[in-house]
Amino acid sequence: MSVDKATVARIAHLARIAVPEEQLEPLAAELNQILAFVEQLNEVDTGNIAPMASVADMKLRRRKDEITDGGYAEDVLKNAPATEHGFFAVPKVIE
Amino acid sequence: MASLLDLSLSEARDGLKAGTFSSVELTEAYIAAAEAARPLKAYIVETPDKARAMAAEADKRLKSGEAAPMTGIPVGVKDLFCTNGVQTTAGSHILEGFVPPYESTVTANLWRNGAVMLGKLNLDEFAMGSSNETSYFGAAINPWRANGEDAKLVPGGSSGGSSSAVAARAALCATGTDTGGSIRQPASFCGVVGLKPTYGRCSRWGIVAFASSLDQAGPITRTVRDAAIMLGAMAGFDPKDSTSADIPVPNYEAALTGDVRGMKIGVPKEYRVDGMPPEIDELWSKGMDWLKAAGAELVEVSLPHTKYALPTYYIVAPAEASSNLARYDGVKYGLREPGDSLVEMYESTRAAGFGAEVKRRILIGTYVLSAGYYDAYYLKAQKVRTRILQDFSTAFETVDAILTPTAPSAAFALGAKTGDPIAMYLNDIFTVPAPLAGIPGISVPAGLSKEGLPLGLQVLGKAFDEETVFKVAGVLEDAAGFAAKPDPWWE
Repeated sequence: MSVDKATVARIAHLARIAVPEEQLEPLAAELNQILAFVEQLNEVDTGNIAPMASVADMKLRRRKDEITDGGYAEDVLKNAPATEHGFFAVPKVIE
Repeated sequence: MASLLDLSLSEARDGLKAGTFSSVELTEAYIAAAEAARPLKAYIVETPDKARAMAAEADKRLKSGEAAPMTGIPVGVKDLFCTNGVQTTAGSHILEGFVPPYESTVTANLWRNGAVMLGKLNLDEFAMGSSNETSYFGAAINPWRANGEDAKLVPGGSSGGSSSAVAARAALCATGTDTGGSIRQPASFCGVVGLKPTYGRCSRWGIVAFASSLDQAGPITRTVRDAAIMLGAMAGFDPKDSTSADIPVPNYEAALTGDVRGMKIGVPKEYRVDGMPPEIDELWSKGMDWLKAAGAELVEVSLPHTKYALPTYYIVAPAEASSNLARYDGVKYGLREPGDSLVEMYESTRAAGFGAEVKRRILIGTYVLSAGYYDAYYLKAQKVRTRILQDFSTAFETVDAILTPTAPSAAFALGAKTGDPIAMYLNDIFTVPAPLAGIPGISVPAGLSKEGLPLGLQVLGKAFDEETVFKVAGVLEDAAGFAAKPDPWWE
């Protein structure tokens, strides 16, 4: 399997990274080099093998559904590029 | 003061306890050394005022006889650990200026155990790299140079600032993180000790996430004993990390008995790869001889899926990274670039904020997780990963630990591999299997190449059996007697 320019443009949009037109072709070549490298996994027989979910043999812990943390909106907003009235501010979403 | 800088962590600890010198004296020596070592670009941010205040506090604790295991010890922190009130960048433009309002669990454990913070150390951007050259803040430099040469060499990566600082005596010890070899490979390149613990041993809470099923924090130090002391001060159960292991942390220093008699050490035949320099092979054989002379039994083992570890890693890690790095969108923290719509703002922010290697991995990760390709790539890789874990489980039925080289070469020149991602990835050929299987591994400096550059040997152990790893590493360290130091050309 290999990717072309149009596929790179599509995945770049999915990943929300702007890629200028002239970089699509070189990026496709780089990605194809990596995809060709990982292709060798097809040599491995994985017929009855379960995909790994966790390296450690552990169950996820459960805890009571209760508030244990919070109440510092100011700290949470401190690093935001733009805030308004105690909220994160972004470009207008609704027309 | 130069002699203070040559003390190991354990020697410094003993000297502080005996009152031979104070933490303020030791810390001042390191503050000056870090400043003198600026040409190495090991630090992104130095925090001398914080260090002085913490050292004064440590001296009070030492006087009152309430010293913890690391009280008064100056530590460098990889800039991937969130530190309350101190800029944390992950080596990326997108997080430049980010000042966390909280402290990572591992660093909080270190401060609770008395350690003193010297500053934040350079790394590959988001820990993605094997040479430190992807850092937005410029590559950290290896304090070692080849005999008679003045070409600058890479310190390895991604914890290259950590290994460079510890080797250059600009930090007594440092934290690192390892996802595919990012502690062990730079330790090997810089002639220091680096340990990646078992997955779940150190909390991941507050560490900027790269690939969550692989990331593990660990110590970079000058001796095996120092790594044992430091891991004890970093590790422990943390309810804030759902994959943190709720099992007691043993006294790792007590494992350093020097006695490996009767232990079985596996030698995996698949680690003898084509094109490996003969001196790596020779060092590996020396390591085997040292362990045999100490009374261990060498056993050939087979890890048949070794050659598939790298391609597996280069699907699993980018997939997880593409998901983890989705949070950098110009809204909550870090960089924002203008855009007419919300989506344009996201796209221009991420285009300007991420470097080339990070973008490449996000795109690969997005592709292998996308509809129609998920089964062929991601699911397939997770199945092969199960096979890799099975290889180790089978081997550990007959052996107590496994001995391999750490890296297929010594440190290389800046720029030597930046043009070819695959050549760069091949650096991690011996270190990538351990995180895929979740097992612990250590790199111990064991000799010099013919150019006079450090080479490391790696010991891998069973999950949660860091004690055996330390024990075997300690024997290798004693036998190797690695005493070489880089010439301080940067001063």
